[in-house]
Amino acid sequence: MNLRDFTPARVDMGRAGHSLPTRELLDFQLAHAKARDAVHTPLDVRLLAAELREKKLEFVTLASAAPDRITYLRRPDLGRQLSHESRPRLTGACDVVFIIADGLSALAVHRHSVPLLDHVLPRLDGRIAPIAIVEQGRVAIGDEIGELLHAQLAIVLIGERPGLSSPDSMGIYVTWQPRIGRTEAERNCISNIRAEGLSYPAAAQKLLFFINEARRLKLTGFALKEDSGRLLSG
Amino acid sequence: MALSELPLRTFLNEPVIPYEADEVTRLILDEHNATAFAPVAHLTVGDFRDWLLSENATGEVLAALAPGLTPEMAAAVSKIMRLQDLVSVAAKIRVVTRFRTTVGLAGRLSTRLQPNHPTDDPKGIAAAIIDGLSYGSGDAVIGINPVADNVQIVEALLNMLDRLRQVYGIPVQSCVLAHVTTQMEAMRRGAPVDLVFQSIAGTEAANASFGVNISMLKDARSQALELKRGCVGSNVMYFETGQGSALSANAHHGVDQQTLEARAYGLARHFQPMLVNTVVGFIGPEYLYDGKQILRAGLEDHFCGKVLGLPMGCDICYTNHAEADQDDMDALLTMLGAAGVNYIMGVPGADDIMLNYQSTSFHDALYLRDLFGLKPAPEFEAWLGGMRQELPRMAALLLEA
Repeated sequence: MNLRDFTPARVDMGRAGHSLPTRELLDFQLAHAKARDAVHTPLDVRLLAAELREKKLEFVTLASAAPDRITYLRRPDLGRQLSHESRPRLTGACDVVFIIADGLSALAVHRHSVPLLDHVLPRLDGRIAPIAIVEQGRVAIGDEIGELLHAQLAIVLIGERPGLSSPDSMGIYVTWQPRIGRTEAERNCISNIRAEGLSYPAAAQKLLFFINEARRLKLTGFALKEDSGRLLSG
Repeated sequence: MALSELPLRTFLNEPVIPYEADEVTRLILDEHNATAFAPVAHLTVGDFRDWLLSENATGEVLAALAPGLTPEMAAAVSKIMRLQDLVSVAAKIRVVTRFRTTVGLAGRLSTRLQPNHPTDDPKGIAAAIIDGLSYGSGDAVIGINPVADNVQIVEALLNMLDRLRQVYGIPVQSCVLAHVTTQMEAMRRGAPVDLVFQSIAGTEAANASFGVNISMLKDARSQALELKRGCVGSNVMYFETGQGSALSANAHHGVDQQTLEARAYGLARHFQPMLVNTVVGFIGPEYLYDGKQILRAGLEDHFCGKVLGLPMGCDICYTNHAEADQDDMDALLTMLGAAGVNYIMGVPGADDIMLNYQSTSFHDALYLRDLFGLKPAPEFEAWLGGMRQELPRMAALLLEA
């Protein structure tokens, strides 16, 4: 019986004395290097812009108040605010605004943000704002963007903190009436969107469920629950 | 005035968070033992460091002092101690707790087996448990962090752990680290709860952000004690902490993160816990930026917990956005081994595939036991002797069912 048939965890690795065999040691270090690269890879705004343009989707490019990656990592508060230059770029009003932000893995949104939008946008009604692409952004930056656009819903597609075996996992955060100062308890989250995790169709279905429920209940967060059976099978 | 010149008494007379404003302050001051404090009552923070390092401050003397110390005193003196001071004073102190195993004895090092799985799959969790047991891991607790905070899932996992324990007579305690209210509900439904877990912090407001308060924790402990499931003792609580949690919840009252961490220990000791560990590098680089900061914080936390009388373990860990790697973990692991840490984590390959961070592996615990000549908890050690031939049958029971 092979324990690895039952879990993606690093079980049954063998030993060299009390330590890891060389092969496992090097495999771990490679995985860590990939996760570190994912954290420090800059958001490729031109790549995302080109993909959106090809799909004839409007977009606007923005940046947070964190000028670089090191500041971003040390100062989460700056990653939650728009830069001075970015604010005037947000005008008009909308029902829904989608935000693509690097978060802690630009790799995740490079790979998964546009394909996910492909599964969602055709099935969505209402006035949708130009898609906001944000460099050095954290989840709560969607609150300021949504507030400036008087949006009913802000939907943030963001790179999650890379795990050792998952450098490209994307999360989605849904916030009803996004306003500066919203707390984490007032959002709903869909996590682990990647090839080995939650598929685009399944993530899109969950997202549309949250959007519809948020519109019906006029809220998101703790009080908007997905039934646990469906969560488990997801 | 410099910190080192501050009399220890100042911390009793001028609470860092007002008595009226915070139930953790009230607990700390109401339970302060003036008689125990007397031997050091005349000292400044700087003199207290000298006293702690002196030959007169033996393990017995330090154990007797613990009820007289407040968390603020422990935090203050730790700030003017070098790493070797934090190691050598902590190494004098043994804090021993008991449930089905005895954890914290001299010459012993225990581990929490942490078999997490990204979808709470019982067979995936069982595979990691079998792997861990084969390396001698799990004598502090087999503790699962569930993905879903859902009483049915918590119950199912507790039943699986209990069946494994009973069929193979494993002297170990189990825990599913859901919210305390979920574990209380599981107990009401008759689930086999050994240790009750909760994350705690050093202020009332930060605990409120976790959805807990002192009264709730007292109720949970009473409920667990009533089950009478321990056989060598009745330490039933398990707490995790970590510098920065109060700041993260905007509940810090302007107090530094290390003092607030020590106050979490002040709260924990009221409940005579089986296990307390700081999850030192989990919170991320905005609180502890790199390996050097994680190393210092881990040793400060362990020292403060031990000097306050707590059975301190440590989740020696980091996230992938911190400037740290396995070399930094090796340094903290080795220094905590020298400092006499009660237990560390055992995660398959050090890679927690559910919480997405790196902790210590089953191999790391073998390294530390080998290096310092440490053994597992005595009850578990005795069971390990005859265990190896059982592993294939154990795997068959759990994985082929």
